Amino acid sequence: MSDSVVITGLGPVTAYGIGIAPLWNAMLEGRSAIGPITVFDPTGLPCRIAATMPDDVLEIRKIVPKSYRKATKVMCRDVELAVAAAAAAVDDAGVVTKAVDPDAEPTIDPDRFGCHIGAGLISADVNELAQALITSRTDSGGLDIGHWGEQGMQNLTPLWLLKYLPNMLACHVTIVHDCRGPSNTITCCEASSGLSIGESLRVIERGDADACLTGGAEYKLNPLTFLRQIFAGRLATAANGADPTTIMRPFDPDSTGTVLGEGGGILVLESGRNAADRSANVYCEVASFAASQSRCADATGLNITPDDESLATAMKQAIDRAGIAPQDIDAVIPFGSGVPNNDAAEARALRTVFGNRAIEIPLVTTIPFAGNCAAGNGAVALAVGAMCLKQQKIPARLNTTAADGLNATAGPASDMALRSVMVSTTSQGGQNAVVVLRAPAA
Amino acid sequence: MLSSCFAPPQPERSVRIDAYGVIIIMNRQRVVVTGMGWVTPLGHDLDTVWSNLTNGVSGVAPIERFDARSFPTTFAAQVRNYDYNKYLNDTAVHETAGQHTQFALGAARQAWDQACLGSYDKLDHARIGMYLGAGEGALDFDNYAKVDLAAWSAEANKIEDEQWNKFALEYLDSWREIEQEPSMPAAHIAREFDVRGPVCNCLTACAASTQAIGEAYDILQRGDADVMISGGTHTMLHVLGVTGFNRLTALSNRNDDIQRASRPFDRTRDGFVMGEGSGIVILESLEHAQQRGAQPLAEIAGYGSSADAFRITDMHPEGRGPARAIQKALKQAGIDPHATDAHGRPFVHYISAHGTGTSENDSIETRAIKAAFGDNAPKIPVSSIKSMMGHLIAAAGAVEFITCTMAIRHGMIPPTINLNEPDPDLDLDYVPNKARKAQVETCLSNSFGFGGQNDTLIIRRYAE
Repeated sequence: MSDSVVITGLGPVTAYGIGIAPLWNAMLEGRSAIGPITVFDPTGLPCRIAATMPDDVLEIRKIVPKSYRKATKVMCRDVELAVAAAAAAVDDAGVVTKAVDPDAEPTIDPDRFGCHIGAGLISADVNELAQALITSRTDSGGLDIGHWGEQGMQNLTPLWLLKYLPNMLACHVTIVHDCRGPSNTITCCEASSGLSIGESLRVIERGDADACLTGGAEYKLNPLTFLRQIFAGRLATAANGADPTTIMRPFDPDSTGTVLGEGGGILVLESGRNAADRSANVYCEVASFAASQSRCADATGLNITPDDESLATAMKQAIDRAGIAPQDIDAVIPFGSGVPNNDAAEARALRTVFGNRAIEIPLVTTIPFAGNCAAGNGAVALAVGAMCLKQQKIPARLNTTAADGLNATAGPASDMALRSVMVSTTSQGGQNAVVVLRAPAA
Repeated sequence: MLSSCFAPPQPERSVRIDAYGVIIIMNRQRVVVTGMGWVTPLGHDLDTVWSNLTNGVSGVAPIERFDARSFPTTFAAQVRNYDYNKYLNDTAVHETAGQHTQFALGAARQAWDQACLGSYDKLDHARIGMYLGAGEGALDFDNYAKVDLAAWSAEANKIEDEQWNKFALEYLDSWREIEQEPSMPAAHIAREFDVRGPVCNCLTACAASTQAIGEAYDILQRGDADVMISGGTHTMLHVLGVTGFNRLTALSNRNDDIQRASRPFDRTRDGFVMGEGSGIVILESLEHAQQRGAQPLAEIAGYGSSADAFRITDMHPEGRGPARAIQKALKQAGIDPHATDAHGRPFVHYISAHGTGTSENDSIETRAIKAAFGDNAPKIPVSSIKSMMGHLIAAAGAVEFITCTMAIRHGMIPPTINLNEPDPDLDLDYVPNKARKAQVETCLSNSFGFGGQNDTLIIRRYAE
């Protein structure tokens, strides 16, 4: 174990709440969190469902140390999710950071504590900006740019820009937990969390950190961010009156698209040596990582071509680098977004890599439960993968009735002997990230 | 070579644990630069931009993108007379590209051509990766404002959601919205050059493209790819970009003397000047470059990355994060910052400063350089090209990396222009106003991002 990198803390934040327990329990029970959108009125939009947290679940002022409460004023929702996730991961890992106890010796040397967080393109709060813009409205209803430059913009708080920079997720997290090692913000849509964990793995392997907070988070329920997904043709459409929990159907030929969720997660990734020295609880080993770029018909990475082999290449590389063969993978957590083009590409890759076994390997999908958490989605998937290995169980599957030669149709949770689990992601933009997780040596 | 779903043989990678329990990867590849391209306010090709940089030319002009006459800052360094189509094989497929992507496509083509990758018939596209530090695309402000104003309810004093949805579907252009994703420049470049290896984009504000090059370097060192396209691209020259920085009071507002407004390290500096553009480089394992007979332009010798973990609005006053990034990069390059050669010269011959021209950055960067180099610090020329081409934000590190490579190749150090009143607290050699001829073997390039990410690269003349 000493030359390995392991996961010692899980901090998913999902519509079920903060931490692994509420998510994992819901997945064992087969309970979807997807429902009608209430955070804004989606009337007139072709998709009106998502998985969001109830109002009282995430109280950011109670999560951060007292001395940092003032800074919560400049945290947009994406940042709140990441900060809550990091607190949960640190707590789960039993790591003492500055946030846990400012007077205690930190468990991880701050200079050797890294942080890699996937983030989305964050939109400014619509009402906040409109409140300011409206002060520069002309009589005919347009915007008076001269007035805006001179006076209107003064209605925005001076730190307005800093609320919405994607790197602010990692910045707040590194400040709260005093992580002074390498810190990065990965912005590759749904592949962001997978690429972040890959970077943390590299950073620990190259000797630049002993541990990293790694993962991602995103809130796509800002009306403009949500609309961009509609423009990209990625969201599921459903008739009025349809049960929202049944719409999200990974790999099903009838799937019309994905359903968004708010959330993501942070994991504590640690060198095996460091984890052993402090007798940490190890969920699993991060055995390998590989990435690739899909060949696309368009230039924005939305339409992966039917002859693309890049995702299969990344899966093969990840399996090779883990020092195992495809038959050693006992379960797969695919992206399974329900976006027909992405699902088709993933199904092809799985069939290429696993051949006849593709129909046997259980595919565990998280999106029918917690929604597609975009830049944070891979972190949710990795947390679930770690739990599968720790508990030797796979959770329930929902909704899918036919799955194109794959083992993805609906069914209850079950016990299962699991050695290695592969977690893979495709993304808008064409980036693929694949991670192999391995059960800790007994 | 045709792509295959089976992974090609990987260079053998052995791992050992050092005395401190740190995992060390052995057999790391050397990494060289074989191609460079940039699209900047000082021109769109290597030689023109270099000539402007060494002649102390300012790229600053009144903002032309929108009517900024009433803004606290009315000027910026803009890319002008640029058409990306001439760099493309397939113009139709890139028709919807946003401005940041357009800059990156042109810069990538120049780098690709200089590296002669197009004429190498054994190129394995599954072993070409990309790591960019690209910013988000420009917000479609006019239409966005139109939607907000139309959907505003005076009675409720807020947006009426249903109206907002209706007007947004009507006024916003779907492609202009999709193309704003920060991963779009990477997606377009991947499509143009058929990149199928590992691809990533990071966005750590002003440190992004230095960090991207550093991580691309690591990926090549490990042998996870043979070629990496790296660098960055960004423009924030749109209404809300300038608004945001003006509200932060980060910009110079010397509206009456715009070409002399960007004055890093000067006592009278009053903020940075926005720039825009892209720098893209081709990085390659030395082994791969040699195999195909490519000419290395320089070698990357070290990379250091750290976080301040201090405040989102301020740098740590002692510059502890920047100093640590510099020290880590020097250590990796095997350079003793306190040593000198037979002529009394330190082993770093030029520092391309982050040098934004804000009061805070320039003081703290100076402190960090002194902390890392001690008595050697005043002997090393330090300059900021932001004095001439403005601050390219996410792309700044990439153009400064190229500047370092050019300095090595041309034996010339670009100046910090507009440095007429030395700040008594800033006592390094900032190469004021005039380029300097010098034998440059090794350069150090700094980038620091809002929120505390610090990245340093060491670039060295390639020698066998």
